[in-house]
Amino acid sequence: MCLAIPAQVKYIEGIEAEVEVGGVRRRVSIYLTPEVKVGDYVLLHTGFAINVIDEDEAEQTIDLIRQLDEVR
Amino acid sequence: MEDKVLLAHGSGGKLSHDLVEKSFLAKLGNPWLNMLDDSAILELSGRIAFTTDSYVVSPLFFPGGDIGRLAVCGTVNDLAMSGARPIYLSLSLIIEEGFPLSDLDKIVVSVQRTAKEAGVKVVTGDTKVVNRGSVDKLFINTAGVGFIPPGVNIAGSNAQPGDCIIVSGPVGNHGMAVMSQREGLEFSSLIESDCAPLNGLVGDMLKVCSSIHCLRDPTRGGLATSLNEFARQSQVGIIIEEAKIPVCQEVRAMCELLGLDPLHIANEGRLVAIVAGDDAESVLAKMRQNPRSRNANIIGQATAEHPGRVVMTTSFGTSRLIDMLVGDLLPRIC
Amino acid sequence: MRFVDEYRDPELAKKLVERIHRRSTMPISLMEFCGGHTVTVVKYGLRQLVPATVKMMSGPGCPVCVTDNSDLDSAIALTKLPGVIICTFGDMLKVPGSFSSLQQAKAEGSDIRIVYSTIDALEIARRNPSRPVIFIGIGFETTAPTIAASVLQAEKEGIRNYHVFSLGKLCPPVIKALLDKGEVRLDGIICPGHVSAIIGSHPYDFIPRDYGIACAISGFEPLDVLLCVDMLIAQIESCQPRVEIAYRRGVRAEGNRQALELMDVVFEACEARWRGIGVVPHSGLKLRKRYERFDADRVFPIDPGPTHEPKGCLCGEILRGVKRPTDCKLFRQVCSPEHPVGPCMVSYEGACSAYYLYGDAGGG
Repeated sequence: MCLAIPAQVKYIEGIEAEVEVGGVRRRVSIYLTPEVKVGDYVLLHTGFAINVIDEDEAEQTIDLIRQLDEVR
Repeated sequence: MEDKVLLAHGSGGKLSHDLVEKSFLAKLGNPWLNMLDDSAILELSGRIAFTTDSYVVSPLFFPGGDIGRLAVCGTVNDLAMSGARPIYLSLSLIIEEGFPLSDLDKIVVSVQRTAKEAGVKVVTGDTKVVNRGSVDKLFINTAGVGFIPPGVNIAGSNAQPGDCIIVSGPVGNHGMAVMSQREGLEFSSLIESDCAPLNGLVGDMLKVCSSIHCLRDPTRGGLATSLNEFARQSQVGIIIEEAKIPVCQEVRAMCELLGLDPLHIANEGRLVAIVAGDDAESVLAKMRQNPRSRNANIIGQATAEHPGRVVMTTSFGTSRLIDMLVGDLLPRIC
Repeated sequence: MRFVDEYRDPELAKKLVERIHRRSTMPISLMEFCGGHTVTVVKYGLRQLVPATVKMMSGPGCPVCVTDNSDLDSAIALTKLPGVIICTFGDMLKVPGSFSSLQQAKAEGSDIRIVYSTIDALEIARRNPSRPVIFIGIGFETTAPTIAASVLQAEKEGIRNYHVFSLGKLCPPVIKALLDKGEVRLDGIICPGHVSAIIGSHPYDFIPRDYGIACAISGFEPLDVLLCVDMLIAQIESCQPRVEIAYRRGVRAEGNRQALELMDVVFEACEARWRGIGVVPHSGLKLRKRYERFDADRVFPIDPGPTHEPKGCLCGEILRGVKRPTDCKLFRQVCSPEHPVGPCMVSYEGACSAYYLYGDAGGG
């Protein structure tokens, strides 16, 4: 539910930003995430960035899974 | 001359003749068309494939093509999928009153270029102009004939357990190129329609394997629909591997954004072939020599299990059913 | 695609699956509340990977599926208003109401346009100032802030012809209503990831506290769901139910404050009718009085007439997790994606549609 895709912010103009995912670009609203910066990844839902992705947490999650069979 | 198509252009009088001469003959002219007779007289013998299709795509111009190119490729490809060498096309247009002549010219030029690329001739045609609102700008119908070489028997019911399934290139480009232009979606990307004539490729494939079992160009409904059609017509099961299906990164991204499945998206310049297991490698090698099918790949095989159904092995090693597209492709939010 | 592909890595999935098998000793039932999770589960065949001790059920987390027939009928009635332009997300187009659908209304001549965003609906209102534009506002807390933003923008610009038919719903109240019904034995809930990106994790605190049920908030990629299942098993096996965030890259405990504030400015909670569940207090969203001129419900009062529920349709029970699509006599026989009887078959993430399109190839 609530399809949201990680997209990278390429440039910001007021309450709008251009984001890119997999080579596809779109102008979206950052009204809900005014703190976002160029280069950040956001969760894109129906043309709005609804949250800024925490890249550290993302890395930690993958590391956690990678290390799974090393801790038995 | 006016810059818009008028009702009078379709009425059969002087304006009609002007339109035919300037917009059509000047670009498409050949001995049959130039005669301007009611019928083109052709000499045909042997097994003839005959097909027709109508084209109502919107928008008329999209990245990588337009309705004119589509109208030629669609019909040429239907003939090629029967193993036929396409030769002649008819071209009928239904034009909405007020349609810009400059756009009409662009489209006819596109028809001419694509026909030349495919090696076919438009030998007969018709033009109607209708009241504003009766059609959405422009509809085109093309019909085509082609020769089927002796010994070639291609049909959807020919697949056998053990046959290999080959796709000629990445899927979903055409449908996403058109959708990206749709009002309200406005994604910018480099996705271009793959719209192209396939008769050259099919000719090459038949040279290395005259007994290709099945061919189809996965247009509306995408690869998933064509595979399901084969499975039902041949009463075989089909198993494909997700990891082997070529999809461009951008098509994948746009599908993710809109909640769509690349396997259901239309293609207009790709084919899916089913060949005997022993022939698969040589057919694939030949396909990869063609610049249009460099990324051709064997994606699966036919099996005696679960006849009529298509199953996909996911990248996780699990299985899921692949069904035909139902209804229209609608972008979703959830 | 970054933050997507890594979470689809089959090798990493294997590790999680192995750990799930090691950790799971007793039979448990988990509900994936959200339709998006149902899709991930069937698309990747996750049921084929988890041990037989783990039973995974679908819940009412599909905003299309839970829209009551009376609301659908009202939306369809709105399409008949003279000169109106209806804007809707694609998901709603084919859902059958009592007698018709938006798609049918479109075929009968109503001006119904599919939009990707409320921004597009607002643009349509700008371009057609003399015609009323009504946006059909379905969705959960993920979508509600975007609808709120469009209302605020319309107010700022003085756009007079933009309206919202608010059918937005809230998740925590309906989870509570389901648990109170007590129809299904649940040990854990896979909580909706993107709703939680907005509301954070605290609205779910009542679940372990009052019901002793484990909770973990999951993302939508297969590794996310497997990680969430793993976390839930750990909670259940150790008898320590709590609310955990498995989707740490997308969800913060406090949620998105800006989005929550916007929602609060424009909307207030009201009772709402959920298909298959009935009326749930404080589970719907209604525009506040200050924004009543944007509220289609107030500006265009309509009476859609009595509703009609299709006979034999088990969507209600399926939404509550009481029955599976395969329990419904209509499934595949009469009800299919091309001829849907109920919304669970129409919505891409409705349980019935997911089962029909993907299921049972290998026991999924």
